[in-house]
Amino acid sequence: MIEVKNLHKGFNGEEILKGITTSFKRGKTNLIIGTSGSGKTVFLKCLLGLFAPEKGSIIYDGKVYSELDEEEQRGLRESMGMVFQGSALFDSMTVEENIMFPLRMFTKQKKAEMLDRANTVIDRVQLINANKKLPSEISGGMQKRVAIARAIVTRPNYLFCDEPNSGLDPKTATVIDNLIQEITEEYDITTVINTHDMNSVMEIGEKIIFLRYGNLEWEGDKSQIFKTDNEAVTDFVYSSNLFKKVRNAQLKGL
Amino acid sequence: MFYLDDIGRYFLMLKNTFSRMTKGSVLRSLIFKEINDLVIGSVGIIIFLAFFIGAVVAIQTALNLTNPLIPKKLIAFASRQSVILEFAPTFLSVIMAGKVGSFITSSIGTMRVTEQIDALEVMGINSLNYLVFPKIVAMLMYPFIIAIAMFIGIFGGYVAGVYGGFVSSSEFITGLQEEFIPYHLVYAFLKTFLFAFLLATIPSFHGYYMRGGALEVGKASTSAFVWTTVVIIISNYILTQLLLS
Repeated sequence: MIEVKNLHKGFNGEEILKGITTSFKRGKTNLIIGTSGSGKTVFLKCLLGLFAPEKGSIIYDGKVYSELDEEEQRGLRESMGMVFQGSALFDSMTVEENIMFPLRMFTKQKKAEMLDRANTVIDRVQLINANKKLPSEISGGMQKRVAIARAIVTRPNYLFCDEPNSGLDPKTATVIDNLIQEITEEYDITTVINTHDMNSVMEIGEKIIFLRYGNLEWEGDKSQIFKTDNEAVTDFVYSSNLFKKVRNAQLKGL
Repeated sequence: MFYLDDIGRYFLMLKNTFSRMTKGSVLRSLIFKEINDLVIGSVGIIIFLAFFIGAVVAIQTALNLTNPLIPKKLIAFASRQSVILEFAPTFLSVIMAGKVGSFITSSIGTMRVTEQIDALEVMGINSLNYLVFPKIVAMLMYPFIIAIAMFIGIFGGYVAGVYGGFVSSSEFITGLQEEFIPYHLVYAFLKTFLFAFLLATIPSFHGYYMRGGALEVGKASTSAFVWTTVVIIISNYILTQLLLS
């Protein structure tokens, strides 16, 4: 579980996050949504420890990040997995090497053991015949699968995803969303996903927080988001023509 | 103020590069990869350049020795001194700032743009140590290719001087051996070690701290070349003043 208390963060005198307080439960897919410039990425980078908050605290299963020494912070980071928007695979390494990379860095396992573990997660994310290929030789959807496999290969306690289905076709995006949700339940990890894709919200939004101008505007789940009377959330949710038509049809009783 | 800020960040980068070391076995394979990319990969161009630089120095010297009282062995002496003192360590390092420097900046810069550096940081890895330290260690091999360049440069002078009909083989060899000061080699290799360090670190700085996209990677590579060259030329002047005067 991750608890965030009164989190503030700014750059060059401009306050980006203005006192966010929320929590993300273990075994659930938690979504951060909001328009561009709402502070989603900064919030996610604070959760990852890449940005130090100016005020407030982030608590990972009872451990306050800012109170840990450097060694403990590094240890905590090793228990985090991250799926980047552009996958961020190491382009000089093969798929297999990319997935084994965290094991090579942080474990004393022999190569055969690492390969065995890598193959387990490769099977889990359903990557077929890609082990020896370079990231540039596989599709965007497969790159996301590799990124997920790399993120979970060390059995992390926390999984963070920054727009995991951006640039993917709707069908592949749904497959990736479902894969993340299945892994979250199976590994019993705390997953936080940064997205502005309403399909993801509908598919896997077990907890959703809506950020606006650096404030936590609304929180709830996928069943509540379509019923809320919060104007900013409604504007965001129904900004797509498809959702507008669905809503109009609902209002007309069709 | 802007430059002072960059100089400060450069030294902070160096401090962080030597802290929180990456796992030994991983580091070892990275160092071998960098030796291959940065040093072995430069041997061909270094040999090519050194041969023709040595040859041109020999021809230029020969054509300027119009006084019959000046012995022809001076052609060999001039070739040796020019190649050992300046052309091999300094001139070739400036060229390497273009070849090795832009390779380092663009590879690290691309990793920055594609969030690969963020991925390393999220995993709890000291990205500076992982990326820059192996390059510094690999560049410790750089003086070896400069030694090859010295040999090839003098050989180029010999070929141009003897086969161009400017000097006899025995005169050239005599000239090579005359008034040789071993300390000049110490001076040349001391500055080569410094240039190797600059060639590894200044382009890494420009790549690591760049912001933006593909266009900025190109701009960072250009500014890395310019700044590496400027620092090499200035430190060459300072070292020459300190060690030779």
